[in-house]
Amino acid sequence: MIVQALGVRTVDDLSEFGTDPWWLSLIKAVLIFVFLLLLTLFNIWFERRVVARMQHRAGPNKNGPFGLLQSLADAMKLMLKEDIMVKAADRLLYVLAPVISVIMAFLAFAVIPFGPVVDVPFTDRQTPLQLTDLPVGVLFVIAVASVGIYGIVLGGWASGSTYSLLGGMRSTAQVISYEVAMSLALVAVFLYAGSLSTSEIVNAQQRLWYALILLPSFIIFWVSMVGETNRAPFDMPEAEGELVAGYFTEYSSMKFAMFFLAEYINMVTVSAVATTLFLGGWRAPWPLSLWDGANAGYWPVLWFLAKVMMFMFVFVWLRGTLPRVRYDQFMALGWKVLIPVALLWTVAVATIRAMTLDGGLDRRVLVGGALVAVLLFLLLSIVGERAPKEEPEAEEQPFDPFAGGYPVPPMPGQRLPRPEPAGVVPGGAQPDQEDDTARRSATEEGD
Amino acid sequence: MAEERVVGVGAGAAGFGGYDRGGGEPGGLATQDMVLNIGPQHPATHGVLRLRITLDGERIVGCEPIVGYMHRGVEKLFEVRDYRQIIVLANRHDWLSAFSSELGVVMAVERMLGMEVPERAVWARTLLAEMNRALNHLMFLGSYPIELGAITPIFYAFRERETLQQVMEEISGGRMHYMFNRVGGLKEDLPAGWLDRASAAVAAVRRRVPQIEDLIFGNEIFLARTRGVGTISPELISAYGVSGPIARASGVDFDLRRDEPYLAYPELAEEGVLRVTTGEDGDCHSRFGMLLEQVSVSLDLADACIARLRSLPQGPINQRLPKILKAPEGATYCWTENPLGINGYYLVSRGEKTPWRLKLRSASFNNIAVLPEVLRGCVVADMIAILGSMFFVVGDIDK
Repeated sequence: MIVQALGVRTVDDLSEFGTDPWWLSLIKAVLIFVFLLLLTLFNIWFERRVVARMQHRAGPNKNGPFGLLQSLADAMKLMLKEDIMVKAADRLLYVLAPVISVIMAFLAFAVIPFGPVVDVPFTDRQTPLQLTDLPVGVLFVIAVASVGIYGIVLGGWASGSTYSLLGGMRSTAQVISYEVAMSLALVAVFLYAGSLSTSEIVNAQQRLWYALILLPSFIIFWVSMVGETNRAPFDMPEAEGELVAGYFTEYSSMKFAMFFLAEYINMVTVSAVATTLFLGGWRAPWPLSLWDGANAGYWPVLWFLAKVMMFMFVFVWLRGTLPRVRYDQFMALGWKVLIPVALLWTVAVATIRAMTLDGGLDRRVLVGGALVAVLLFLLLSIVGERAPKEEPEAEEQPFDPFAGGYPVPPMPGQRLPRPEPAGVVPGGAQPDQEDDTARRSATEEGD
Repeated sequence: MAEERVVGVGAGAAGFGGYDRGGGEPGGLATQDMVLNIGPQHPATHGVLRLRITLDGERIVGCEPIVGYMHRGVEKLFEVRDYRQIIVLANRHDWLSAFSSELGVVMAVERMLGMEVPERAVWARTLLAEMNRALNHLMFLGSYPIELGAITPIFYAFRERETLQQVMEEISGGRMHYMFNRVGGLKEDLPAGWLDRASAAVAAVRRRVPQIEDLIFGNEIFLARTRGVGTISPELISAYGVSGPIARASGVDFDLRRDEPYLAYPELAEEGVLRVTTGEDGDCHSRFGMLLEQVSVSLDLADACIARLRSLPQGPINQRLPKILKAPEGATYCWTENPLGINGYYLVSRGEKTPWRLKLRSASFNNIAVLPEVLRGCVVADMIAILGSMFFVVGDIDK
C-alpha cells in the first residue's frame, strides 16, 4: 500500500508556478508578510495566555478583546524606546544583524504551500496558494534558516559585550550541530517523496502522512527544530539566568523588536515546514478528509493553520514545563544521539526503499534483518562500556594561607601548618577567656 | 607572543603576586581568558552579589565573590539603638527569615536579663519560626527552578507562600518584616480563631507542596543539571563554616534546634516531631531536596505547636518591661538555626540601654565564601545551578 502511495516521481511537476502575473505575485507576497506579522502578534499573546494558564495566572486580558491587542501595544512601546548604540559596538554589523535575522525569517515562507490551486476572487484566474515553488524548495528553507543565524552570531559579536559574545558563540555551535540532524531527518522524506519541492511533498502525502511512516525522522526533526529556533528547553543563546539575554543583551528599541519578531516567525516557519513535510501540509486531517470539499478552495488554509498552531502550542508547553538543558548536554544530545540515529535511520530507509522498489523482497527478511541489527547494536553497547576510570588519589598539597590575596582556610588534602609567631602581643586568647567568664557570669546572674 | 593579563585586582584585592592565568604556550597563539562580571546587576544574583569570573571558553578557571554592595553597617547601627529598636534592624538583614533573626536578638537580651518567657510565648514563637522557615524555603523552591530555566514552579511556590503569609500578616501586620518579637515574649496575644486559620493554612500547604516536587524534582533535565554538580565535601563545609540545609545536604549532621536546643525544640525533638534530615551527595540536587524535606518537617512542627497552643491554659504572652530597658554588664552569644543556616548574635553590654557591641554572624556570608572552591572547573551554566543552590540572601551576606 505504501509503495503505491509513494510512487516515485523523477520529474517535478511545477508547471503551476511561475505563471502568475506580477500583480498577483505582489499581492501574495504582501499577504504572506501581513499574515506573518499578524500571526506573530497573535502568537505572543497566545504564548502569554497559555503559559499563564499553566501558572495559575490570568495573562494579558485588558487591552482589546481577551487582551488580543496587548502585543500590538507592546510593539508600539518598543518602537518608541530609545535606540541605544553601544560604544564598543561594530556599528555596521550591529545594525545589520537584526535586519538579516528578520529578512531571512520572512523569506523562508515563500515556498510554504498554504493550500491547493484556487480561484482568485473577482478574476477568472487560478493560482496555487503559495508564493512560488522550487525544485529544491526545502533546501531553500534550510539555507535561508542558516543565513538567518548569521543575524544572531553577528549581533552577538558586534555588540562588544561578553554576554552577547557568549550567546552568539553558543548559537553558532548549536545551529551548526542541529542543522545536520535536521537535514538528515529530512532525507528520509525526500527519499519517500522523490522530490525536494514543498508542493510535491504535500501531494505525495495524500494517503498517509510521513509523520506516521517516518516517525523517527519526525521526532528528530521536532527536537532539532526546537534547538534551531533557540526555544526552551534549548534556549542557551539567550539563557536568561546565565547570559542575561544572550546575543541581544545590548539591543533596544526596534532592533530588539526585530530579533523578537524573527524568533517568533522562525517558530512559525519551522512549524510550517514540519506541517508540510510530515503532517500532510494543508491537507485535511482524517475525519475531515471524508468530506470531499475539505481539500478544495480556501478551506485548507484553516487546516494548515490548525496544524501550525498545534506545533506552536507544544513550543509554549515546553517552555512552561522544562528547565533549560546545559549547553554541553545539549551538544551531546545532538552529536551523540540525534545525528547517529538520523544517519542510521536514513540508511535503513534508503535500503528498504531500494529493496522494495527493485521488485519485492520478502517483508520477513526485512524484519529479521532489523532484529539482527538491534541485537548487534545491544551487544556492541554492552561490550563497549568502559571500566570506570580510577580516581587519582588526593595528594597532599602545600598550603598557602593567602592564596588569591586573601586569607583562605586549608582545603581537603592540605594541612594547616604550625602557625609562626606573628608580630602581635602573645596571649591573643585572653580576651576570649574574659568573654567566656563574662558570659558565664551574665547567664548565672540571669538564672 | 603570549599575552598575559592580570585579572582580579581591585575589590577584594585578589590577584596579588602575579595571578598567572591567561597567555598560552610560549610561541603559540595569543590567547586571553575572558573576565565576566556576574553582577552586581544580574538576574541570577538575587540582588547585588557580584562574582568576578575568569573564563576559558565557557569553563570557569577562577571566581571571586565581591561582596559589600549592600553593606549598611548594621553592627554599628545596633550600637546606637536601644534593645527594642534593634529588633527592627535585626529582621532586615535576611529579609526572608525575619522572624527567626528577630528571635536571636530577643533571646540574647532575655538571657542577659535572666528573663523567663511565658510558656505560651515560647510555643507561639516556635510556631512562627517554623512557618517562617517554610516561607523561606518555599521562596527558594520557586526561584531555583527559574534559574535553571523552568518558569512555572515559582508560581506554585508563591501560591503556598501567599497562604502562609496571610496568617503571618493577620497576626503581625507585616508580610516580610514581622516585627512581632519583643524582649520577654511576643508583641500581642494571638487573635481569636487564628490558630484554626493557621492550621488550615498549614494543611493546605502540606497538601499542595508535593505539586512543586512533581513539577520539577524528578525531571530528567533537572536531574542532569543538578546531580553531581557543585558537590561540597563535608571537609569543605567545616573549613568554611557552611551551615544550614547546605551543610546537611553534604551529610554534616548539625542542627542547632536539636544540638543546642532553644524555644520549645527540646520537647518537639523528644516527641519525635523534629526530624533532622541529612543528605549524602552534597550536590545541587540534594540541596534542593533538603529544602523540600525541611518544609515538610517545618509544617509538622507547626502543627505540633498549634496543637500545644490549643491545650495550654490562658496566660500572658509577654513580660512587662521597664520603660528603659538595660541589659546588665556582660556578654553572651546566642545562636539560632535560621532557615539559611546558623545565625549568631554576640552581645556585649556595659550596662547601658544600647549594646556596646553586637556582632552578627549571618549564614549567607559563610555559605557564599565557599563558592570559589566549588565553581572552579565548572561551566557557566553550572555556575548558575550552583549559585542558586547556595540559597543566599544578599542582605544576609553584606549586612
